[in-house]
Amino acid sequence: MPMPYYVSPEQMMQDKAEYAKKGIARGRSIIAMEYVNGILLAAENPSASLHKISEIYDNIAFAGAGKYSEFENLRKAGIRHADLKGFMYSREDVTARSLANGYSQSLGTIFSQEMKPLEVEILVVQIGHNGHSNEMYRISFDGSIIDERQFAVIGGKSDAVQAALKEKVPAQLPDLKAALTLCMNALEQTGNQKLSLESLEVAVLDRTRDNRKFRRYTSAETKQILA
Amino acid sequence: MKLPFLPNHDDASFFDFLTVHHPELTPAGRRWVDSSPSLPEASRSGGAVTVPQATTVLAIKYQDGVIIAGDRRATEGYQIAERRIEKVFKIDDFSAMAIAGAAGPCIEMARLFQTELEHYEKLEGMQLSCEGKANKLGQMVKANLPMVFQGLVVMPLYVGYDHKRTEGRIFKYDLAGGRYEESDYHAIGSGGKDARNTMREHFRRGLAEAETLKLALLALYNAADDDVGTGGPDLVRGIYPTAKIVNGTGITDVSEQQIRGIYDGLIETRRSKER
Repeated sequence: MPMPYYVSPEQMMQDKAEYAKKGIARGRSIIAMEYVNGILLAAENPSASLHKISEIYDNIAFAGAGKYSEFENLRKAGIRHADLKGFMYSREDVTARSLANGYSQSLGTIFSQEMKPLEVEILVVQIGHNGHSNEMYRISFDGSIIDERQFAVIGGKSDAVQAALKEKVPAQLPDLKAALTLCMNALEQTGNQKLSLESLEVAVLDRTRDNRKFRRYTSAETKQILA
Repeated sequence: MKLPFLPNHDDASFFDFLTVHHPELTPAGRRWVDSSPSLPEASRSGGAVTVPQATTVLAIKYQDGVIIAGDRRATEGYQIAERRIEKVFKIDDFSAMAIAGAAGPCIEMARLFQTELEHYEKLEGMQLSCEGKANKLGQMVKANLPMVFQGLVVMPLYVGYDHKRTEGRIFKYDLAGGRYEESDYHAIGSGGKDARNTMREHFRRGLAEAETLKLALLALYNAADDDVGTGGPDLVRGIYPTAKIVNGTGITDVSEQQIRGIYDGLIETRRSKER
């Protein structure tokens, strides 16, 4: 009987992490940014129908970077979790915090127990009401979870985008146009190419809307915002 | 691989998800009652099932869509259990459902159906077609069949706006989940027949919104006149039937003020006949 090779746990984790990071860095970046009426989500996405940003629940949105099939699965699981909770208890009991915790658990378990870690990085954001602040959680491939303020970046050259944004984000919350311009500039600067509106996926969680706050903007509507 | 957060499930239907993973939350999940030995004979023989439905809810098509309305009374035998119950539910932006039957399971089914459609829309990135929604509701009514033998009947009347055909549509159901489309108008519940009689006399194709709303409220008034299970306008407490309008731009509640105005006129006309 052949003996399996011995690999130290440190080595194994490091290899897995490197593998996952490489997969995530291959893609493009996604930015979530707080603005006056809620949270703006912007992503570079050449496809108009395969979304990276989507609605989870009334006040909660999801964005995934990395391997599409993997974060799509996570997105669906999140919607199921949210709808189940909202149906079992009440709509206001569905929170981004519990959702982010669940994602963190799942990603962490997969990272440590499976051969292949998930090559994804995800964002779960929730807008606050009646004086409650917004919440933005960034969850990595290994299940680590980071609570972000003002803006959050995942996927691609996220460190570079983060650095570019950090200098320019104003102390006061920007309006939608200003926030979108900031995001586009940051994406352009790090991508070293001109962004076309057709390849930009834009959505918001808008506090002023009724019931379901998520809204996707078409490229024509995006143009209007920037005008 | 089994994780608490990633159940192995691959289906856009919330109802099916519940049925598999949380059967206790579905109406059909109470099916265990069915296997208890102390069942009444009627359920096993499939014999006559009495359908207690003290209600009148109705739907009428008009030129831009469809109007759905219902009374507010819930009864327990000869007692009035609730004077302000809502029997017309918004399901999504382009459809609504009214219910007759046992209040608890009815409201539960309306909530489940709301979640079902929203769930599908979020997972698939687009809404179900009008016909698809109606069929799904039929499956849910069918799943409730075991409960019917326990006396817990859920009887929906479903209306939706069909964007492809650019018209409103009305669907009625039977207890086994059979789905039938009505071309002009329909009413269900104990006062359904009375309401249908009124609508038959006054209905025309292509009615305007105001006329249709008036007809709907007149039909409910006449049903309340002849049927003990249906509540009419309660002038003392200020409780009036509710109505919703479904058309191409979405779904809107008819304001209570508007309904009260129409009833004031109607009652005045009736009163003048009595003098």
